[in-house]
Amino acid sequence: MIDGVIALYIFMLAAFTGYEVISRVPVILHTPLMSGSNFVHGIVLVGAMVALAAADTTLLRVIGFLGVVLAAGNAVGGYVVTERMLKMFVTAARKKGN
Amino acid sequence: MSLLSPSIVQTLTQLSYLVAAALFILGLKRMSSPVTAVSGVRWAGVGMVLATLVTIVFMGASPLNLGLVLAAVAIGGIVAWVSGKRVAMTDMPQMIALYNGMGGGAAAAIAAVELYAGSETNVVHLTMATVGGFIGAVSFSGSLIAFGKLQGLITKSVRFGGQKFVNLAILLACVALGFMLVSGSHAGPSIVSAFFGFALLLGIAMTLPIGGADMPVVISLYNALTGLAVAFEGFVLDNAAMIIAGTVVGSAGTLLTQLMAKAMNRSLSNVLFANFGESSSAGTAGVTGTQKAIEASDAGVMMAYSQKIIIVPGYGLAVAQAQHKVWEMAQLLIDHGVNVRFAIHPVAGRMPGHMNVLLAEAGVPYDLISDLDEINAEFETADVALIIGANDVVNPDARNNKGSPIYGMPILNADKARNVIVIKRGQGTGFSGIDNALFVLDQTRMLYGDAQAAVGQLIQAIKAAG
Repeated sequence: MIDGVIALYIFMLAAFTGYEVISRVPVILHTPLMSGSNFVHGIVLVGAMVALAAADTTLLRVIGFLGVVLAAGNAVGGYVVTERMLKMFVTAARKKGN
Repeated sequence: MSLLSPSIVQTLTQLSYLVAAALFILGLKRMSSPVTAVSGVRWAGVGMVLATLVTIVFMGASPLNLGLVLAAVAIGGIVAWVSGKRVAMTDMPQMIALYNGMGGGAAAAIAAVELYAGSETNVVHLTMATVGGFIGAVSFSGSLIAFGKLQGLITKSVRFGGQKFVNLAILLACVALGFMLVSGSHAGPSIVSAFFGFALLLGIAMTLPIGGADMPVVISLYNALTGLAVAFEGFVLDNAAMIIAGTVVGSAGTLLTQLMAKAMNRSLSNVLFANFGESSSAGTAGVTGTQKAIEASDAGVMMAYSQKIIIVPGYGLAVAQAQHKVWEMAQLLIDHGVNVRFAIHPVAGRMPGHMNVLLAEAGVPYDLISDLDEINAEFETADVALIIGANDVVNPDARNNKGSPIYGMPILNADKARNVIVIKRGQGTGFSGIDNALFVLDQTRMLYGDAQAAVGQLIQAIKAAG
């Protein structure tokens, strides 16, 4: 599937992308953006589910189960707090319109 | 599902991951501007839901395992949903640390499943799993300590002589055990357990000596590390969405960590390997002069007849939960025709941008809020600089006094304003224990009291001034 060299290319391009995407972020958004990127690595949920799906002993099921619980917490919690923070950013103009 | 051949299932899964990865990147891009930020996190959310649903449908789990997966998602999801909805905005930094630690723990769990199963023979994959598991475990236990410190559960910074060597020894143990895992021949369940045990210990030992003021940088670093761990586990599982999302977060998080460290005038190695707070009291050139008090009624009149006021909020304002009162006062002043601005230092809250979130919560429009570079030139034309619960970030010693421990830190030039009013609980020094030269300047007046009560008095005084 994803070969060694191809994997390295993906890694390199993704690294540049991450750097560029947030390189011009204003300070006022640092905390929400950190929270947002925290949400994005919640994609680990997909991997944790695959690992638990393939588990065939009790030990592996216990570890896999913990992994999925933690990953779901990362994804859901990350989303909820990021959205809550970002929803509060309003301009004076939009406020008067309400 | 039986209608679909395995290769079609595979292709559909991969395509959904591709779409999810694109949505994550676009979402992060949109999150870096306040106008599009909310839509950004929703786009990323759509990507997450898509990838999760497709995986559940196509991963081919046995009924037992499928039940376990659904139960685990429900438990983790519901607990996080409820806690995320309830947490106060002031506690946001430690909540991010907690969720981030969970992600690191999940990455470590994936690695543990692979390594305990022992079915992986590919050396590259074994190496990826081991490195990712190590980073994930360090991020997990380290983030939990960071959470504990900011939440006030851990109040002491544990430091002792030779600590760095102890940490180094733990790190070397991890490396040695990791080599045994990768080489395969000696690896058994006990080696795997020992490996993860030492990695968890390292996260704890690394984070315990770091003081609360440096925690934001550390949380940001662990955020980047978790991203990296997720990317490594993505290689092991052949999962492009994990590789891309993890790497993007890894590099974006590294940049964000550097930006934060720079804003705090601390280098990353300084945060991790030097112990701030121990040396800071030594070598302080004492501040001479006396603080001059002012009554709220006089301060209120002064402000009501000003043309331009710059408010500098600090963490003391958040602690006193005074942000709503401050906005009420600002609105009153704006009705009086006063030009009111908020000046935010990058580290005004617990982490860069935290104070903006707190002011936004109180309803302050973000176009009244300026950061350090935007506003510093404007202090000279301000009639009043009102400092509420901020201390080090307005200390002119950072600019003028080479002997000061904070010398070189970028500060808000509040001392250039014609009048300075400082709301402060008492005469003592602040968080870092450094005397503040601003407080004894000729144009500075101190308004002692709790921020919420003091601002309430100011509101009354401004109203009385007509």
